[in-house]
Amino acid sequence: MSASPALGTTKTAQPNQIPQDAGLTEYEAALVRELVGREPNALEWAMFGAMWSEHCGYKHSKKLLRTLPSRGPSVAVGPGENAGAVDLGGGLLCVFKVESHNHPSAIEPFQGAATGVGGILRDVFAMGARPTAVLNALFFGDPSDPAVRRTIAGVTGGISFYGNCVGIPDVAGHISFEPGYADNPLVNAMCVGFARSEDLRKASGARPGSAVYLVGSDTGRDGIAGASLLASFELGTGSDEKRPSVQVGNPFLEKLLLEATLELVEADAVEALQDLGAAGLTCATSEVAAKSGVGMRIDVSLVPRRAQLMTPYEVMLSESQERMLVVPRPGRERDVEQIFKRWELHGSRIGKVIDEPMLRIFDADEQVAELPPRSLADDAPEYDIAELAESYRSESDEGAGARSGTGDPTWSTEGPASTTAPSADAQRQTAKIGLELLDLLASPAVASRRAIYRTYDQMVGTDTVVGPGADAAVMRIKGRPDGIAIAIDAQPRIAAIDPFVGAAAAVAEATRNLVCMGATPLAITDCLNIGNPERPKGAWQLTRTVEGITAACNALGVPVVSGNVSLYNATYGADIWPTAVIGAVGRFADVTKHIAPTSGKPGDLVLLAGNAHVSLGASAYGASRGLHEGPVTIDLALEARLQRFVLATHARGAIRAAHDRDAGGLAIALAEIAIRDGIGMKVTLPAIRGIDKRVALFGEAPSGIVLVIEPSREGEVRALASEHDVPLWTLGTVGGDLLEVAPVLGMPVSALADAHAGGLGTALQRDA
Amino acid sequence: MTRVAILRYPGTWSERDFAHALSLIEGVETEIQWHEDADLRGFEAAIVPGGFSYGDYLRAGAIAKLSPGTKELRRFASEGGTILGSCNGFQILCEAGLLPGALIRNADLQYRSDWVRIRVENDRTRFTAGLGGEVLRMPIGNGEGCWVADPETHARVEAAGQIIFRYVDERGVATPAANPNGSLGNIAGVTNETGNVVGLMPHPERCVEALLGGADGYRMLANLVAARQGTASALYR
Repeated sequence: MSASPALGTTKTAQPNQIPQDAGLTEYEAALVRELVGREPNALEWAMFGAMWSEHCGYKHSKKLLRTLPSRGPSVAVGPGENAGAVDLGGGLLCVFKVESHNHPSAIEPFQGAATGVGGILRDVFAMGARPTAVLNALFFGDPSDPAVRRTIAGVTGGISFYGNCVGIPDVAGHISFEPGYADNPLVNAMCVGFARSEDLRKASGARPGSAVYLVGSDTGRDGIAGASLLASFELGTGSDEKRPSVQVGNPFLEKLLLEATLELVEADAVEALQDLGAAGLTCATSEVAAKSGVGMRIDVSLVPRRAQLMTPYEVMLSESQERMLVVPRPGRERDVEQIFKRWELHGSRIGKVIDEPMLRIFDADEQVAELPPRSLADDAPEYDIAELAESYRSESDEGAGARSGTGDPTWSTEGPASTTAPSADAQRQTAKIGLELLDLLASPAVASRRAIYRTYDQMVGTDTVVGPGADAAVMRIKGRPDGIAIAIDAQPRIAAIDPFVGAAAAVAEATRNLVCMGATPLAITDCLNIGNPERPKGAWQLTRTVEGITAACNALGVPVVSGNVSLYNATYGADIWPTAVIGAVGRFADVTKHIAPTSGKPGDLVLLAGNAHVSLGASAYGASRGLHEGPVTIDLALEARLQRFVLATHARGAIRAAHDRDAGGLAIALAEIAIRDGIGMKVTLPAIRGIDKRVALFGEAPSGIVLVIEPSREGEVRALASEHDVPLWTLGTVGGDLLEVAPVLGMPVSALADAHAGGLGTALQRDA
Repeated sequence: MTRVAILRYPGTWSERDFAHALSLIEGVETEIQWHEDADLRGFEAAIVPGGFSYGDYLRAGAIAKLSPGTKELRRFASEGGTILGSCNGFQILCEAGLLPGALIRNADLQYRSDWVRIRVENDRTRFTAGLGGEVLRMPIGNGEGCWVADPETHARVEAAGQIIFRYVDERGVATPAANPNGSLGNIAGVTNETGNVVGLMPHPERCVEALLGGADGYRMLANLVAARQGTASALYR
């Protein structure tokens, strides 16, 4: 941590006198001097420090991110805007993005997570879209640690506090509890909204002569230099001193800002909108000016403040939340002001757009900064990490990516599945496996997330057809027959072993979850959470993560339309596991024809489609027994065929229920299907040579879906499977009160349901 | 046409949900009114929807009760107008003194979004006519849904039949486990002495279509146009 600037509370009031204090390296400082053609003043250094921070400038990732596939027939807005968008037809766009708020949440969990939700909502309504759903992906350490439980309570409390108050339903999520996140939790939030295509607003519409307004919260001393000094360095000693760099959220103001912004858009009164997030006014003004190819003259003395005697540095670098930069259409300033007023918002004219491509910051009559907006917004250096990554790859990559067809051969407590008649010993084994299943169902990795999601409003807006707890959320669109499915996923246990496979598996899982609801995947948004990219391992993980996403997107035919990168997720020098969070959006032509999360009906057939070559190496079962090892693999071609097969089968109306085989393996997938309606099933395990019965029950691998179908459709489904070259096993039938997996397991569904429902509440020491 | 006004305070978020729900009921015409411009003349009923009016700062409903919209609600109620408050609307009506009791933080101090069952205890209001004794399944979404009153008020409203809804389990019994927020007597909704103002914590507007998991709210809201003959009030169990 010695590399990071000392940042006491007293120091935040003053601009940093030297470029190093603004977070810039010698090389970057030299580059700045060259671009500006003189020695910048302290405020200008700070503005560069913020805009060229890793968080805003994407210095270590920009080159790689350009390689992500971002084109596709449904893409309306690709990466680079506040959020991406896909075209649903009929003039409607679905706008979405995922973003991280990791460092603030590590330091102040409640406000960090709350303002993470606020930020992602603003990204979506700044596009002129009404937010319809939020999702989140959370990564914590072991909940048996009281410090971790405090973090969890803070983060989930912050999400609940903010999202509920604004009135956006939380419809799906992902939560991991893994040792890699004990000191550096990850908090990623995703927002999905809808906009009519004519209402879409971009930051690039500002024209010379137009006025510039700042609306929303008054500017205070919170979150000063959060992006440059907090989000772009590792955590460690002194992190607590950065608490003043964490913003404080006001969801009520956000709600007013949301409604006012959408009213401005509907009245067609604005030409450009930009939310104020990281790097505050510095970022918003320079990005709008740079994207619009213009300049701006801003007077900081006109910015309403909530603290006295704020310096221009504080005003320009404050990350006070719930603010928006608004550029009205010429002649519409009055309308804009009236809308602000009606929503009881402070909206102040703080400057104007100018022809000259220069950002001129004034404090009343005195010019305090003069910088080309493009230099700030676009000219941050791009670091090529390929060589660094290669240096790590050459020593560690040997053997990684090799295919492993069977379960882990080095770890097995049992022999192959017994074929002899049940004996007393076999009965004991059955009881033991039953207890293992109950333990796994109740474990934090697998248990129902209801104890958490029921503190989030899931139904406000009355569009939630299927909320949290299913493979993906299903949302209807009022006035239209179609609808969307949304999922957010990650595969940290796999990525910790092989970031390429982990990232690809995350894309595969997120899209597979849409397919399990019957939706056709349209596009994804990604949040890359990685450690320190200046170390060989971090550089390699970032590179392999992007390569994994690219491979999966190409194989599955989904583009990336938006995203975010969070680097320096390391505490006391220890990196987190490389974590690609993937948010996926899919479409139903007819939302009433989604695959409902049911248990099926008694007599229905239970099938397993896809890959049955599971292993315990990166499984939840293995992790609970101290096992975490490779090799891990993914067959993306099989994944693509599996998804096409399930969608084709669903198109014929042959699927009664479906569920992704994820954490906990086949046994958990079957148990979760049974728990849905409390109906049991009687099945046998797929017979795969070399796979032990525990591996078959609890082993994990990508590309497996459990299907429930009417018996009369079996022939048709088998024909479709062979047409798509997808392996298919008939496991058994639905019915009864027990989950029976012959000959190893027989458990009352009610016992499974209790374990699943109560596990997380117990682990978090909450009521379930 | 039955004209229904839906009030919107700063921070209200269920007004569009109510407008959509009521649009599915034939014979109802709705208008969303900004609280400062509220004018209920010519309307048969007013809805005070859910949300976080004024961010629930101070106390849920404590600031909204001072709004011109609430003043208009008072006038409307005194003239016999029909008013339904749900969630934050219920909180506002209690704060404004239009309904008895008060709503405080849920007993477990956490926001709760879930489906609950409520039993209709009194069918003499416009919204519960014909539903006496029925158990309705509805979503809740609130952090301050625990209804409380001093012992005298509680006894009075119980005796006067002003308890309209009670949280119950799947058998229709008001058990502690079925109570999502610690409300006194499992009370989920109450009415005023004259029966024209009704408040409840659950969200009838969220369950008017089977696609969203249930349509019991439709039965309640459809009473705005088709007030059927009342059945005997449910006995308190």
